[in-house]
Amino acid sequence: MKRPFILGMLDGRAGIFLAVVLGVAVLVPILNLAVPPTSPFHVPDHQLPLWGKYLCYALLALSIDLIWGYAGILSLGHGAFFALGGYVMGMYLMRQIGTRGVYAHPVLPDFMVFLNWPELPVYWYGFNWFAYALLMIFLVPGALAFVFGWFAFRSRVTGVYFSIISQAMVFALMLAFFRNNFGFGGNNGLTDFKDILGFNVQAPTTRAVLFASSALALAVGFLICQWLVKSKFGKVLISIRDAESRARFLGYRVENYKLLAFVISACLAAVAGALYVPQVGIINPSEFAPANSIEYVIWVAVGGRGTLVGAALGGVVVNFAKTHFTTGALAPYWLFALGGLFIFVTLFMPKGIVGTLSDFFAWARHPKRESSNGAEPVGQRQAAE
Amino acid sequence: MMDAAPRASSFETPRSLILRSPPKAGVSKDEGTGLLRMRRLFPVPLILRSAAKPRVSKDEGKGRTIFSVFIVLLAVFFSVAPVRAASFEEALALFANDSYSDTDKAVSDIAASGHPQAQAIIEALADGRLLVHAESKAVFIKDKDDKLLAAATGEAAADAPSGLNPVRVNNRVRRAIQAALGSLTLLAPDPGRRFAAAAAVFRSRDTGALEAVEQALAKEVDPKVKRVMEEARAAILVMKPDAPEADRIAAMDTLVARGDQESIALLRSLPQNVPPAVHDAAVNAVAKIERNLVAWDMGQNVVYGLSLGSVLLLAAIGLAITFGVLGVINMAHGEMVMIGAYVTFVVQEWIRVNNPGLFDWSLAIAIPLSFIVAGAVGVAIERGIIRFLYGRPLETLLATWGLSLILQQAVRTMFGPTNREVGAPSWMAGSFEVGQLSITYNRLYIFVFALAVFASLLFVLRFTRFGLEMRAVTQNRPMAASMGIRTSRVDALTFGLGSGIAGMAGVALSQIDNVSPNLGQGYIIDSFLVVVFGGVGNLFGTLVGALSLGIANKFLEPYAGAVLGKIILLVLIILFIQKRPRGLFALKGRAVEA
Amino acid sequence: MSETPAQLTSALLYLDGVTVSFDGFRALNELSLVVEPGEMRAIIGPNGAGKTTMMDVVTGKTRPDKGEVFFEGHVDLTTLDEAEIANLGIGRKFQKPTVFEHHTVLDNLRLALAGDRRAGFNIFWRESDEERSRIESILKIVRLGDHSNRLAGGLSHGQKQWLEIGMLLAQEPKLLLVDEPAAGMTDAETHQTAELLREINRERTVIVVEHDMTFVRELGVRVTVLHEGSVLAEGSLDQVSADERVIEVYLGR
Repeated sequence: MKRPFILGMLDGRAGIFLAVVLGVAVLVPILNLAVPPTSPFHVPDHQLPLWGKYLCYALLALSIDLIWGYAGILSLGHGAFFALGGYVMGMYLMRQIGTRGVYAHPVLPDFMVFLNWPELPVYWYGFNWFAYALLMIFLVPGALAFVFGWFAFRSRVTGVYFSIISQAMVFALMLAFFRNNFGFGGNNGLTDFKDILGFNVQAPTTRAVLFASSALALAVGFLICQWLVKSKFGKVLISIRDAESRARFLGYRVENYKLLAFVISACLAAVAGALYVPQVGIINPSEFAPANSIEYVIWVAVGGRGTLVGAALGGVVVNFAKTHFTTGALAPYWLFALGGLFIFVTLFMPKGIVGTLSDFFAWARHPKRESSNGAEPVGQRQAAE
Repeated sequence: MMDAAPRASSFETPRSLILRSPPKAGVSKDEGTGLLRMRRLFPVPLILRSAAKPRVSKDEGKGRTIFSVFIVLLAVFFSVAPVRAASFEEALALFANDSYSDTDKAVSDIAASGHPQAQAIIEALADGRLLVHAESKAVFIKDKDDKLLAAATGEAAADAPSGLNPVRVNNRVRRAIQAALGSLTLLAPDPGRRFAAAAAVFRSRDTGALEAVEQALAKEVDPKVKRVMEEARAAILVMKPDAPEADRIAAMDTLVARGDQESIALLRSLPQNVPPAVHDAAVNAVAKIERNLVAWDMGQNVVYGLSLGSVLLLAAIGLAITFGVLGVINMAHGEMVMIGAYVTFVVQEWIRVNNPGLFDWSLAIAIPLSFIVAGAVGVAIERGIIRFLYGRPLETLLATWGLSLILQQAVRTMFGPTNREVGAPSWMAGSFEVGQLSITYNRLYIFVFALAVFASLLFVLRFTRFGLEMRAVTQNRPMAASMGIRTSRVDALTFGLGSGIAGMAGVALSQIDNVSPNLGQGYIIDSFLVVVFGGVGNLFGTLVGALSLGIANKFLEPYAGAVLGKIILLVLIILFIQKRPRGLFALKGRAVEA
Repeated sequence: MSETPAQLTSALLYLDGVTVSFDGFRALNELSLVVEPGEMRAIIGPNGAGKTTMMDVVTGKTRPDKGEVFFEGHVDLTTLDEAEIANLGIGRKFQKPTVFEHHTVLDNLRLALAGDRRAGFNIFWRESDEERSRIESILKIVRLGDHSNRLAGGLSHGQKQWLEIGMLLAQEPKLLLVDEPAAGMTDAETHQTAELLREINRERTVIVVEHDMTFVRELGVRVTVLHEGSVLAEGSLDQVSADERVIEVYLGR
């Protein structure tokens, strides 16, 4: 009974996507490290962290799609979990600097020495061990998501109300992390990393491994999400999205389903943040900016809400465009383009790239039949509000 | 987010403006010390009374009183003049001795002399502009233009010697100067000056000024000045070692009534050896003042909170309409506020260039203009984007967010990314005090403006055809449509109304916040929290929500600091919304159940 | 709490003195109603009589301001939420058919099928053969066997009503609350629906709220007339329709 399910889980699109991600995870590092720079197939060094970053964003988009696309929960504060994962990783990396900091203090990070802190705060203990940091990457954002979600879902805070308070949450966190005495480097955040697991974070091999890890994390995250949405759990989530009270009258404890999905989503976002930080080399409070969290949502909308492949694709496509837009002569127009994208997608392409394309192909194959062939959502959403 | 209004006193009169009132008559020649000195500072009534009576009786008995008074005045003037001159000159010469005690005495004597130059000399001394020549003992005043005047006459000194040194002062002399100046002006014709003089006496607590204060008090008619004089009298009495215990204790009540930090400082400065009853009374009085001060402090927090609340109300009121009536989450709402602020900027620029005289009217012009501009933008947004997204609030949220990015960037492109200068009309500058509360005019006007906007909105909703149609559409759209109401037009106008109000809020915010493309961003989250906290679809909820959040914010700030206070408040609101997802004043009933 | 008259009765559903008001409007006013196990009861009444609110109270959507609601003589429904009440064995069919439009007919029934409702459990849920055959039999009952892989959103109105009834059956409730099942149906469909309800009633207690008098007549059951939130009359349809007050309420003075 089990095998067919897994195969069924990886039908068509999903299978191709997974193959591509895993292929990239192997191929790109090889093309970077083993192919000489003169070869046309060589992947230049600076492209590696850049694409690693895109992969992290793809995982983040995936995590948002899990709750927005399938459970109808629009979180405008998912940046909080991403940034918290990043901060946890940053704390580990700070502890690895050791005496190589500007003040050469064996224990305290530079900013603490600068602020005349006599000793390491308790909540920084243990971050010199990678395993502990790894645990915290899941535990800290997971706990926040659990507490926040527990309150919100139990009180049946739904729709835009949830969006607004999640935005207030990330805003409050941003204000907190900007404070110096909060103990996370204030304005400047955490940066100047040296080693990860004893390897130089700047070294090409480390970068290649980080890139491969990001691709792998994306693949695993995708598998988890795919499993969830194809399982009966996922079907209940969709039911909640489309008709919350009906699901209640069937006896499903809606709040528990939402909470579980929310916590899993937060953990995925945290993993994305944790892999993002060593590749970009810094984490600071601006990652908590509410504007960022809204931007993450638009990646999902662009790629295709309610299609996991679409969300991941949206994360990569929008950020690829952003990189090229903001580095060229068009830089001043990026915000116009981004704003226009928000409006265009919501007005004209509510199913996103992947949803629209799959509709098109379905129509091309059987022009007469109903177009929606899968579990693609959209339309009919706020029924429960 | 909001700063405390600066405290300022409208009675602070620059020293240089204190009127020089020349005494009309002289003074007796006895060298009274301490207590009696002050009596001689205000000789006019005394001399008139004591000198005129015997003269009249000795006179030819014609009974032409006015004439005789004139004669008396003349006589008094001439008879006393030489005496006064001697005393004044002597005192003046003391300055040259370069000894603090002599300078102190000189100050008292010159003040006592009633000489026309007395005030000018003492003021010069206070400012370090009184110069002496050591050998010739000549005293000069350097005026504002660095010109030298002879101190005794006030005329330009042609033959000023070189090597002039300023007369040095120490704290004791400074106190004497203050007391002298205070006494000199206690009877000035201008109430502002009398007020300042009495305040100076209060600060100096010079026991010697008691009698002068009491005399001035007897004649004072201005209640404000009278109060300060009474306080000055109380301050002297409390500090006066030989005053009767009962008087000292009674005087403390006046200080308690004044009830500020200075009163506390004064009572605390009482020496240890005062009689136990006085000491106990002082301790009680300090405790009482401190209690009152805590109350005033809370009052001030309420004032700040109401001020912040009125700003929140202004920002949230338009949102309450678009969100509450149309169910539209307009993330570009903050940008409507920003547009209003930039309209103000443009209006002021135009006025600066074309008609500077209109500057005080700039806000009055900007308010309707910003309503029209922001309202028109709002209608355009509704027609162009939002009407395609009704019933899809999350999509609306995203689309309007995109719009806010575009609007911000457009304004950045047109006006530049930096803050633009928006000035305040003269009538919004300054502040006034109520008890220990300090209220700035701009905050007051913004508060009044917010309430006015709120009231007119209520009026529009209740008593106009448009308001009626709007409520009809809110309650039952299909029914309203079948009654012939053009619902899509009502939607557009409703959205325009909400946006227009946001634009007017922008005019007010331009007075207290930086006018930059990011202006609106700072308010959007707060505004949403206000609306959700107060209860969506309930304007009174928005009013109560805004004011109570403003006050809560200002009460948290002193304990937690501005940032932490804000964080705490955010967390509290988040928890509150969990508890009551529909806000303070939730609509109940079947309509909500859908 | 402990000594309740309900425990003395054999009633499956027992409402006594239930009052619900919204902003001063009394939707239910001292409503008392007893439904015996195995019974089928039709509830009729003009608009605003409180029929839907009564269902909301029983299913936990609305808390009564006052009054007692007991299930099986001892379970106090006023303290439970929707999911708990559903899991006790009370199923509800809405007036407007609400099925999960983005799921197939099969998935709709799967979700409704009695079983473990816990979130964690359902991540790893696999369909058993027994469950499969139960779904097949329900598909047959509600006549949707040919449509099992279609999206529910694509069904006709009548088919959606039936699918929803099928979902109720899959829930295996002891008590079914059915809100206007015949609304918007053709005559033939109405007839079939009445038949279906009678069939269901063989094993389960059913409460039907209905406007359509021919449908109620077809059901041939005891009728309760609600008016302004309380019971106006009770009895067979013929008795009830002869009642002066009922005529007044329905036809006006």
